[in-house]
Amino acid sequence: MSTGSSLTPPPAVSARRGRLALGDRIFAASARGAGLLILLVLAGVFVFLLIQGAPGLSVDPKEYGQGFDSFWAYAGPLLFGTIFISLLALVVAVPFALAVALFISHYAPRRLATPVAYVIDLLAAVPSVVFGLWGGRALSQALKPVINWLGEYLNWIPLFKGPASPNGQTALTAGLVLGVMILPIITAISREVFAQTPRLNEEAAIGLGATRWEVLRLAVFPYAKSGVIAGIMLGLGRALGETMAVTMVYSSSPKYMLNIIGDTSPQTIAANIANNYAEASADKQHVLIAAGLVLFAFTFVVNFIARWAIGRGERKLAR
Amino acid sequence: MKTTLRRAIVPGAAALALAASLAACGDSNTNTAGDTAASDGSSTLSGKLAGGGSSAQGTAQQAWMAAFQQSNSGVSITYDPVGSGTGRTSFESGAYAFAGSDAFIANPSDEYTAAKKTCGADPIEVPSYISPIAVVFNLKGVDSLKLDAKTIANIFNGTIKKWNDPQIASQNDGVSLPDTAIHTVHRSDDSGTTQNFTEYLSKAGEGAWKDEASQTWPSTDGLSGNGTSGVITSIKGGDGTIGYADASQAGGLGVVSIKVGSSYNAPSPDGAASVVANSQLDASATDSQLIYDVNRTDTADGAYPLLLVSYLLACPTYADASTAAMVKGYLSYIVSQEGQQAGASAAGSAPLSSDTSDKAAAILDKIAGQ
Amino acid sequence: MNAVAVVPSTFAHPRLPRWAPLVVAVAALAVGGLLGLLLGWGPVAIVLVSGLFYVVGLPAWSRVLEGPRAATDRLMTNLVWGAFAVVCVPLLWLLWNVVQKGAPHVTGHFLSTSMRGVFGSMEGGILHAIQGTVIVTLAATVIAVPIGLMTAIYLIEYGRGSRLAKVITFLVDVMTGIPSIVAGLFALSLLVLFFGPAFRAGIGGAIALALLMTPTVVRSAEEMLRLVPGDLREASYALGVPKWRTILKVVMPTAIGGIVTGVVLAISRVIGETAPLLVTAGYNDSMNGNLFSGRMTTLPVYIFNQYKTPGAVPLGAHAADPPGYARAWAAALVLIVIVMILNLIARIIGKIFAPKTGR
Repeated sequence: MSTGSSLTPPPAVSARRGRLALGDRIFAASARGAGLLILLVLAGVFVFLLIQGAPGLSVDPKEYGQGFDSFWAYAGPLLFGTIFISLLALVVAVPFALAVALFISHYAPRRLATPVAYVIDLLAAVPSVVFGLWGGRALSQALKPVINWLGEYLNWIPLFKGPASPNGQTALTAGLVLGVMILPIITAISREVFAQTPRLNEEAAIGLGATRWEVLRLAVFPYAKSGVIAGIMLGLGRALGETMAVTMVYSSSPKYMLNIIGDTSPQTIAANIANNYAEASADKQHVLIAAGLVLFAFTFVVNFIARWAIGRGERKLAR
Repeated sequence: MKTTLRRAIVPGAAALALAASLAACGDSNTNTAGDTAASDGSSTLSGKLAGGGSSAQGTAQQAWMAAFQQSNSGVSITYDPVGSGTGRTSFESGAYAFAGSDAFIANPSDEYTAAKKTCGADPIEVPSYISPIAVVFNLKGVDSLKLDAKTIANIFNGTIKKWNDPQIASQNDGVSLPDTAIHTVHRSDDSGTTQNFTEYLSKAGEGAWKDEASQTWPSTDGLSGNGTSGVITSIKGGDGTIGYADASQAGGLGVVSIKVGSSYNAPSPDGAASVVANSQLDASATDSQLIYDVNRTDTADGAYPLLLVSYLLACPTYADASTAAMVKGYLSYIVSQEGQQAGASAAGSAPLSSDTSDKAAAILDKIAGQ
Repeated sequence: MNAVAVVPSTFAHPRLPRWAPLVVAVAALAVGGLLGLLLGWGPVAIVLVSGLFYVVGLPAWSRVLEGPRAATDRLMTNLVWGAFAVVCVPLLWLLWNVVQKGAPHVTGHFLSTSMRGVFGSMEGGILHAIQGTVIVTLAATVIAVPIGLMTAIYLIEYGRGSRLAKVITFLVDVMTGIPSIVAGLFALSLLVLFFGPAFRAGIGGAIALALLMTPTVVRSAEEMLRLVPGDLREASYALGVPKWRTILKVVMPTAIGGIVTGVVLAISRVIGETAPLLVTAGYNDSMNGNLFSGRMTTLPVYIFNQYKTPGAVPLGAHAADPPGYARAWAAALVLIVIVMILNLIARIIGKIFAPKTGR
C-alpha cells in the first residue's frame, strides 16, 4: 500500500492504460463487426431469395408441374414433407443422441469414452452422398422385411398403412438415415455441455445420497439445457436443409400423406430444388427459389417458437 | 509469451506448407505431376474451353474430352454435367462457350431470343448423342417381355395393375406371369429421358397416354429415382418393378421389346440411329440447325423409336478467335465418325450415321472468330 | 434426548447381488431364443427381444428388492448402454460398407493421378479431387472460423443480454436451416454480380461452404464460452489484465476443447457437401491449384459425378456394376480418412492450447 503519495497513477501506467484501452476498443469493434457481418450476410441471403423467388409466385401454372394450379398447391405438400421428414429424423435422433452423449460424459469407462467420441465425430464427416448411397442401396434392402411386417400387422396405424414398397426406399428409411446424419451433431455439443457441469454441483448431489441418474437430473440437466437445445436446433437445421441424402435414399413426390412405408413418400423442399433445378427453365428456377424462401420463413418460425418456449421455461424458473 | 508464439508457429507453418504445396502441385493444367495423359504437341490450339449441360451426354463427353485433349495438349476443356436446362441458360448468358442439351431450343421462344442475342446470329444446333431408352423391369424368372406402346402407356398410367393382366399375357405366350402388383418407377428429377418417353407414349400409344409430353413426370404416384442411376437402383432393389432408363445402364435387368410395325424390337443403337436418320427436320430449323422431329411411329425393320437425341449448342461467331477455334475443333471432332465411335463405345450410345455426321460437320465449319 | 428417527436410506435397503445382471442377461437370451424358435424368428429379432427383456427385467427385479429410486437408476443405465449399442450398428455398418467397397480400389495410381484423359473403365485417379477438397475447405475455414469465433465472443463477452445479441443468435439459428443448394446459388449470384456470368472458381465454393459452416461455429463456440465460470474472468480483471487479453488468454483456452469440437463439426459437415460446389466451382478433370481461377473438383462432387455418370453397362451383362461405382466408393473411403486425420490434428491443437487442469 502506498504511503500517503498522490493517488493518481504514475505517467507510465497512464500511457500503458491508454494503449490497452485502444486494444480493447479494436477488439470490441472487431467482435461487433463480425456479428454485424453475419447479419449482413443473412440479410443478403434473404434479399437474394426474395428477388429470385418473388417472380415464382405468379408464373404460368404449367410450370408447377404434376397438375398443381397455384404456388401453394405446389409448395404446401413440400412444406408438409419437410416438416414430416425432419420430425421423423428428430424422433429417431434426439433420444439416442442424448443417451450417447450421457454415455460418453458420465457412464462410459474413461478409456472407452475418448475413442467412442472420436468415432461418433467421424460419423459427422461422412459425406451426404455416401449416406445417400448406403441408405438407398444397403439400408433399404435390409429394412424390406421390417417394412413388410409393418405393412402386414400394423396397417391400422395411418403411418404404416402400406401397401409396402417393394424396394424399401421409403420415408422410414429416409428418417433413419437422416437421424443417423444429425445424431453426431447433437451428441457432440451435448457431450461437451454435459462435461462442463461444475464438479461441485455433482459432488454435492452425490454427497446427499443421490443415485447416478438423480445426479444427472438434479445437477447436470438444468445446467445443460441451453446447450442441448442449441445442439438439437443445429441438428434440426441440418435435417431441414439436407439435400443429397433425401434425394438418393427414398422415392418421393410432393403429396400430403402419412404413410411412411408405401411406394412413394412426402418430398422435402430441398429435395425438390435439387431434383428440378438442373433442368429448369428460368421461370421454374424462380418457382424453386420461392420454395426455398418458404423453407427459410419456416425455419424462422420454428426458431421463434423454440426461443419463446425456452424463454417461458426460464421465466417460470426465475419466479 | 515466447512459448505461445512458438506453439502457434508449428501448426500455422504446417497448414501454410500444406496449402502451398498443393497449390504448387497444379498451377498449370497441362503436363502437371498428376495428369497422366501423354501429350502429343502437334496441335496449335491452346486455352481453356468451358461447356456444360446435359448429363445424359456426360459419359460420352468424358471420352471426347480425353481424346481431344490428348491430341491437343494445350487445350483444357471442362464440361459441367449440370443438366440441360441450366446448360441452356448458361449458354444464353454467355457463361458457357458451348452447351449440351437434351432438347433443342424451340423457335420462337424467350430462350431462342436470348441465344440469338448472345450469339449475334441464329445459334448452331447439331445432334451429338443418340441413345435408346430401354423399358426395364425386375420380375423373378422373367428376362424379357414383348409389349406394344399402348400396353406400356396403360402400365405407366396405372390402368394395368397386375403382371398377369390379359393385355400383357396376350403378347407374351409361354411366359409365366405372377399375380402380383406392378410398381412403376419414374424419374423424380426433370429430365430429357422423361420428355422423350412421354412423347413416345403420347404419339405411339394410340390415345392411352392422356398427358402432354413433358420433362416432369405427370403424376405423383409410383416409385421414383433421382437420375438414371437412381431409377436403376430402384428397379434392381425390388421385385415387380418396371421403369424407363437410358439403355446404356440397363445391363442386368429384364428388357422390354417394343412393338414396331408387326415385330417386337429390343433396344439397339443401330435401331435408334436409323430412326433419327429417317426423321424429318423440325419445321423451325434454319440453315445452322440440324434439329429433328423424331418419328415415334416409325415402322421400319429393326427401328427403335424410343430414343433420346442430345444436341450441342454453339454460336456461329465468337468475340475471341481462340475460343472460336477451340469450339470448332472440339465440336467437329465430336460429330466426326471417329468421335462418334469413341463416344459410342464408352457410353453405349448410337453413333450418328455418316450422312448426319457430314451435315453437322458442314454446319460447324462455319464457326469463326469475329 | 430421543434417538434420532431413523431415516430410511438406500444403504438400509437390500442390494441386488453382484451376479444379478448376468443372471437376467442369461434369462433374457433364453426367453428370446425360445420365442424365436417357437415363432421362427431370425437372429435380429431374437437379439432385439432379448435386449428388451434385459432392459425391462433387471429394473423390475431391482424395484422389488431395492426400491423405486434404485430401479429408475438401473433402468436409465440400461437405456443409455442400450442406446449406445443400437447407435453402434449403423455406424459400424456404414463404415464397414465404405471400407469393404472402397478399399480394393484405393491404389497408388488412384491416389497420385487425376481424371484427365480417363474415361470408360480406365482406372483413373483422385489427386485433383483431394487437392480441390483441401484447398476449398481450408479457404472456407479461414473465412468462417475467425468470423464465427469473433461473433461468439461478441455475443458472450460484449453484448450479453443486449438486443443485438439476441437478434444475432436467433438469426444464426435460422441460418442453419439454409439448404446447401440455396447457399450455393447465393454464392454463385455473388460471383456473377462481381465477375460476370462465366466465372466459376473454387472461391465461390469456399464462400458457400463458409455460409454453411458459420452457424455451427458460432452456436457451439457461444455455448462453450457461456459455460466458462465468471470467477475466472473476474480474477483476471482483478489482476489488471485488459478485457481483450482476458478473452484471448483465459476464456478461450478454458473453452478450447468445446470450441475445437465445434469447429471440427463444422468442417466435417461442409467437407462432404456436393450441391453448392457443383454449382459454383463446376467440375474439372485436371489438376487446378488456383483458388481464384478455373474450376475445381472436390471429393464429394467427384463421388456424385461418378455415381451419376458411371459409364456404360452393356445390355445383357449379368448384374454388373458400372465402373464409376467402384471409384465412388474408393473416393468416399479416402475422404473419410482425410477427415479422420483432420480430427486428430484438431484434437492435438486443442490439447496444446488447453490450460493444464486437474480434470
